[in-house]
Amino acid sequence: MDAVRGLDLEIEAGECFGLLGPNGAGKTTTIEIIEGLLEATSGDVEVLGMKWGQQDEEIRQRIGISLQETKLAEKLSVLETLTLFRSFYRNGPDPVETMRRVSLDEKAAAWVGKLSGGQKQRLAVACALVGDPDLLFLDEPTTGLDPQARRQLWDIIRGFGEQGRTVLLTTHYMDEADKLCDRVAIVDHGKVIALGSPRELIASLGGEHIIDISILDGAGIPQLQGNDFSALPGVQSIRFEDGQISLSVAEPHITLPALLVRLKELKRDLASLTTRHASLEDVFVTLTGRHLRDNAA
Amino acid sequence: MKKYSPLTQLVLARLREFFRTPEIVFWVYGFPLLMVVALGIAFRNQPVEHIAVGIENSEYGQTAADALSMNKKFEVLRCDAEGCRLKLRTGKTDIVVIAAAGPRYEYFYDPTRPESVLARNAVDDALQRASGRKDVAATAEKQLTEPGARYIDFLVPGLVGMGLLGGGLWGVGFVIVDMRIRMLLKRFIATPMKRHQFLSGIMISRFIFMVPEIVILLAFAWIFFGVRIQGSFLSVMFFVLLGAFTFSGIGLLIASRANTIETVSGLMNLVMLPMWILSGIFFSSERFPAAAQPFIQALPLTPLIYSLRAVILEGTSLVQLLPQAAILGAWGIVTFVLALRWFRWV
Repeated sequence: MDAVRGLDLEIEAGECFGLLGPNGAGKTTTIEIIEGLLEATSGDVEVLGMKWGQQDEEIRQRIGISLQETKLAEKLSVLETLTLFRSFYRNGPDPVETMRRVSLDEKAAAWVGKLSGGQKQRLAVACALVGDPDLLFLDEPTTGLDPQARRQLWDIIRGFGEQGRTVLLTTHYMDEADKLCDRVAIVDHGKVIALGSPRELIASLGGEHIIDISILDGAGIPQLQGNDFSALPGVQSIRFEDGQISLSVAEPHITLPALLVRLKELKRDLASLTTRHASLEDVFVTLTGRHLRDNAA
Repeated sequence: MKKYSPLTQLVLARLREFFRTPEIVFWVYGFPLLMVVALGIAFRNQPVEHIAVGIENSEYGQTAADALSMNKKFEVLRCDAEGCRLKLRTGKTDIVVIAAAGPRYEYFYDPTRPESVLARNAVDDALQRASGRKDVAATAEKQLTEPGARYIDFLVPGLVGMGLLGGGLWGVGFVIVDMRIRMLLKRFIATPMKRHQFLSGIMISRFIFMVPEIVILLAFAWIFFGVRIQGSFLSVMFFVLLGAFTFSGIGLLIASRANTIETVSGLMNLVMLPMWILSGIFFSSERFPAAAQPFIQALPLTPLIYSLRAVILEGTSLVQLLPQAAILGAWGIVTFVLALRWFRWV
């Protein structure tokens, strides 16, 4: 059983590249093969122009890694942990400076066990930054964090990218990929099913806006069909899901009045109507028929 | 000139983690002292002070009770037949005397209990004399209470060995498996850290914890129980270090593949239990049958405790203990080599 098969990616220097996919899609396997922590049964990996098995030490000196679930020593302080990790690298900033960069300087003497989830995750990223890497790997950096802690981490990752360094991250949050990544590979069942900038991927839906409607239930009323709406102006694609109908449209202000007229003709009453920008989630659902997360809105 | 030495940092990290976990510090430093105190008091060698004698209620019982009461070491209890039996069975008396006309005495005692056998002889002696027996030979007594021959003297080197065994298995084996479960090993491997530095760091910190552990134990036993080291202190430390090395190797071997707490705990018990019982921590390993001796002598803890006892109690020189040192060292080297070959980092 292969977790990943036939996956071909090229990540360019200076970009932030995201592997987006649901849990179990093979993101972690992929990133750990690139990190040299797992051995691929077949295929080649080249990192910074070097190959695993030949120049491991050299690659390790120049990359920084944050794993999905490392539990750092609970009884060491923040500064002690960073100093320990700093000692493994030839070059790099002073640990105090790295600590400042992730805004943990106030917690310098606090034990790791006493940190909040967000602070622990920032420390994990700081441990990846102590060697002043050219390439940063982050596996699910914000999973389980509250919105504010996520935004703090995004700022750190963006700050790193702004120095012209390369980031490869995995996530199952579409908004994270959307906000951080220059390019995204959508992964499902160990395969890349879409590749491009978030903009390009969303544009590939045909319309950048989505109109979600749902209809009041009535006895004996036949289900609505796709061709009930396909003649409306500006509709690119239609999706039915759990009683909700999502129309992908280019210009909502043209489609909306026509939609309301059409519903009146069909003698249906609206239960709800919302319009929104299309997201990577819509791309994923359109491609696979499933959501990234089971409880995703 | 390197500002941050990885080895120093790794050792510092282990020392900090250790000394910041009070419960572990207690188990390593405090627990052996409690063992010394508890066992030292429980098994302190002292003259037999009193003998509890049950005398069955009967016409002639009173005569026997009067005879024994002359000597303060006898504690006489009168009871009916059933009560006497129960007292003997539950250890409240050491012997039951059933007196009849004549006088004729019947002794009811447990030949497998040393104090019961002792009681039988003392009671018999006292009753015979009370009945008019005369001693024919003149006797005199001299008593031996020499330090070095007490149970506490025997016990302390055993506890030193037990501490080294437990320390190696917990301090190296358990700690590494815990790091593997927490993905910390994998995280370290994701850095340019040298693997040999990591393992050296664990070993060096283990040696650093162990020195105070042994020194405190020996000093405590010396101050409170007068346990003296007859041989050279350097020879003691030689065996302590050799033991620490060997049991670290065994700990590393146990940890080389285990990736759950259950596995490592099971393996540790599998290794420790036979040695606790067989290697002579609490009583001499020579008490086991001759057929088992080759196996017992091949266990690493047996030669270690034997050597520690020889140096501490008898002042034996290191040269005479080289065969024991060789067995111990061989265990260390073989387990280290195997552990490094099988070790799983991720």
